[in-house]
Amino acid sequence: MEILISIVVGILFTVGTYLILSKNITRIIIGTGILSHGVHLLLLTMGGLKQGAAPLLGQEAASYTDPLPQALILTAIVISFGVTSFFLVLAYRTYNVHGTDDMEKMRGLENDE
Amino acid sequence: MTVLHWATISPFLLAILIPFLYKYARPIHTGWFVLVLPLVLFIYFISFLPITSDGGVIEYSAPWVPSLGINFTVYIDGLSLLFLLLITGIGSLVVLYSIYYLSKKTERLHNFYVYLLMFMGAMLGVVISDNLIVLYTFWELTSLASSLLISYWYHRKKSTYGALKSMLITVFGGFAMLGGFSLLYLMTGTFSIREIISQVELVTSSSLFIPAMILILLGAFTKSAQFPFHIWLPDAMEAPTPVSAYLHSATMVKAGIYLVARLTPVFGGAAEWFWILSGIGLLTLCWGSISAVRQKDLKAILAFSTISQLGLIMCLLGLGSASLYFGYGTESTVYTTATLAAVFHLINHATFKGSLFMTAGIIDHETGTRDIRKLGGLMTIMPITFTVSLIGTASMAGLPPFNGFLSKEMFFTGVLNATELSIFNMQTWGMLFPVLAWIASVFTFLYCLIMFFKTFTGKFKPENYDVHVHEAPIGMLVSPIILGSLVIIFGLFPNLLAYTLIEPAMAAILPTLLGGDDVFKVHIYHWHGFNPELFMTIGVIVFGTILFLLMKKWAQTTIYLRERDPLNRVYDGTLSGLATGGNKLTSFYMTGSIRHYLIYIFSFLVLFIGFMFVRLNAFAFGGETAPITFFETAIAIVMVIAAIVVALARTRLTAIIGLGAVGYSLATFFVFFRAPDLALTQMVIETVSTVLFLLCFYHLPMFKQKFENVKFKLGNLMVSLGVGILVTMLAISSHNSKLFDSLKDYFVAASYDEAGGKNMVNVILVDFRGFDTLFEILVLGIAAIGIYSMIKLRLAKEEQ
Repeated sequence: MEILISIVVGILFTVGTYLILSKNITRIIIGTGILSHGVHLLLLTMGGLKQGAAPLLGQEAASYTDPLPQALILTAIVISFGVTSFFLVLAYRTYNVHGTDDMEKMRGLENDE
Repeated sequence: MTVLHWATISPFLLAILIPFLYKYARPIHTGWFVLVLPLVLFIYFISFLPITSDGGVIEYSAPWVPSLGINFTVYIDGLSLLFLLLITGIGSLVVLYSIYYLSKKTERLHNFYVYLLMFMGAMLGVVISDNLIVLYTFWELTSLASSLLISYWYHRKKSTYGALKSMLITVFGGFAMLGGFSLLYLMTGTFSIREIISQVELVTSSSLFIPAMILILLGAFTKSAQFPFHIWLPDAMEAPTPVSAYLHSATMVKAGIYLVARLTPVFGGAAEWFWILSGIGLLTLCWGSISAVRQKDLKAILAFSTISQLGLIMCLLGLGSASLYFGYGTESTVYTTATLAAVFHLINHATFKGSLFMTAGIIDHETGTRDIRKLGGLMTIMPITFTVSLIGTASMAGLPPFNGFLSKEMFFTGVLNATELSIFNMQTWGMLFPVLAWIASVFTFLYCLIMFFKTFTGKFKPENYDVHVHEAPIGMLVSPIILGSLVIIFGLFPNLLAYTLIEPAMAAILPTLLGGDDVFKVHIYHWHGFNPELFMTIGVIVFGTILFLLMKKWAQTTIYLRERDPLNRVYDGTLSGLATGGNKLTSFYMTGSIRHYLIYIFSFLVLFIGFMFVRLNAFAFGGETAPITFFETAIAIVMVIAAIVVALARTRLTAIIGLGAVGYSLATFFVFFRAPDLALTQMVIETVSTVLFLLCFYHLPMFKQKFENVKFKLGNLMVSLGVGILVTMLAISSHNSKLFDSLKDYFVAASYDEAGGKNMVNVILVDFRGFDTLFEILVLGIAAIGIYSMIKLRLAKEEQ
């Protein structure tokens, strides 16, 4: 299972990187979203998959899955949500001010200040 | 800090006061306040003469950075004292001259004297320091002060050009020299010159001997304007004439000579030292004297003349170092003549070149031009200037009875002796020395004739000058008259110098040649009898005169008409090439496109980690894995399809839905992989993010509504595939190489007992690792404030 998930993670990274390299600012933000999904899945996979019950002591199971990666991912999800929403509003402002969503036109070369 | 330390840095202290003196004592020319200091220092340094003449030294040390072995050690022996007297003596005369040369009303005198005092202090520090790092510090200060003085009239383009050039070249040499000093420290473990000399065998036996020598010589050659670094000196002539007289003839350009002389006991005796010094010196001598003939500007002639004379001194120091090869004994005494000639010519050159620069300045000041094609017939109008110039020029040309004659004779003796050397391959190449030296002397004689006759003889043409031409005020003439008198005095009574200055200086340059209580016995004769040197001098005079008389014939050749040194083209080309090359390189990779920078970052990541992966053979497969089940595989397939849909989406909406699908698949995975809290959070967050995306799109401006098709870029695909494959490899390999157990057991055991909670993930978030959560809340808060201010704040005018 881990190998399969690793391949899925690789595909998510490929798609995320590919989108980040594009010109359109929206696609870049979508790319960061995909990339963070990939990272979260990677974190979970590294902790080992399905090695026991959910980390709730009431389950009285013989073994539990590792709770630490889950705690880390939870933190990461919240942070990436904050960053993504900030990026989105930033992109919205950029449209408003510069009237373009093309990164190649936002180079700040000599004629642009 | 002894009196000697304070004396060394006293010019800096006075420089601090100069602006105040300039501001609050306007009626008095600021130069008068300055003049006192070099005079006092000169008298103070003269008081050391009896000590050094007896072979004694003075040494005091004051700690500066003792932990690094850097101490401000002042050390006076014959060589240092000679330079100290030159610096303070000529310094006094130059300050006196500048008082009359620079107008109180129109010039910014405070700048001038601050720079000049800074230079004087730095130069004193260079020659008095025993510590190499202190020496280097003062050395760079002389470069700095020199550049400031060259660009004194900074509104002139040529001045700033000359200042920049001298700065670049001398600082380049200075850095090389610092490298050489560091190598010396590596070899001996000390920065003290005396201690290095006392363990010289460590240096000579080291493999770093040659690199250290070349680096240090780079410093000396750039400072002393040796070929091919001489090109800064003619452009430094844009400085006020007192500066040219002081820095660019008498003192700073001799700092390199000083360094070479000072380190001769360390490097002398090696064939490389001998050949580099005498070869480059001889080349500079010839190049400078031939170039000087082509010049039409008085100061330019003097600049190239300085270059050529410095080459002569350098060549003599090289020849003199051969005596160290032989060591203590009678055989070496023949070759010490060259060192004697070097020291003697050093003094002579300072006297006559100083006076010549000053007279050139007077001519410039009184006629308004320095062009020899315009000048002429000044003999009767400016009789005193004429006399001083005559003495200086005759001395420079090497005519009896002036001091230049004596040192030129000794120079010929030196090169003739060199042909008889039986070491360093001199049997084959030795004959070049007297031949080249003789040719250079002919040209020296020629440019002296040109300079003198074109300026003072011929018909006086008043229409050539913009101003009324008359003799200079007496105050301006005092300094050149004193220097001119010294030329005659040293010429007639050279042995005045012999016991006081030259012998102790030679003892400092060639310390190992003296056994026990021996001292060098120097006696300079005017008349040697009919020896080869005399015939060489007669030949110089005859050929020089012939060339001068035939000048009309060769004066129209193109080589003669071209004034600028051809090496300037190399300098200018290198400089502009560096600028345009640097520009091109930067604009090649600094495109301003974020995509390009991201490609650099990703490619580096992939190539670097990929290389280490292959290099360390870090691939690991197999190991314990969970079984693959149907539902999970199905979700994985959904996720992959959704991701690919996002990448290939033609409209924004498709992309957003695809992104949502990926997010919900992830939430499903969390369910399968026993992470209920994650699944919950992911589900909520994915929903909110999707709503946010949709909200944002709703607010987009109307144009470009049509989502552009992604340009299929192979490069992008390659890079992203690389990243994906790298991450997959990393994930698989690291999963299969577990180095130690996880902390899981601790949390299982302690969650309820210590924290009182059964949900382990929540206990970790708020109890075991509560700080993470605290700052994650902070992140959300900052994001919220940021979003609020981005929407609300409109600072730029056009947005209101």
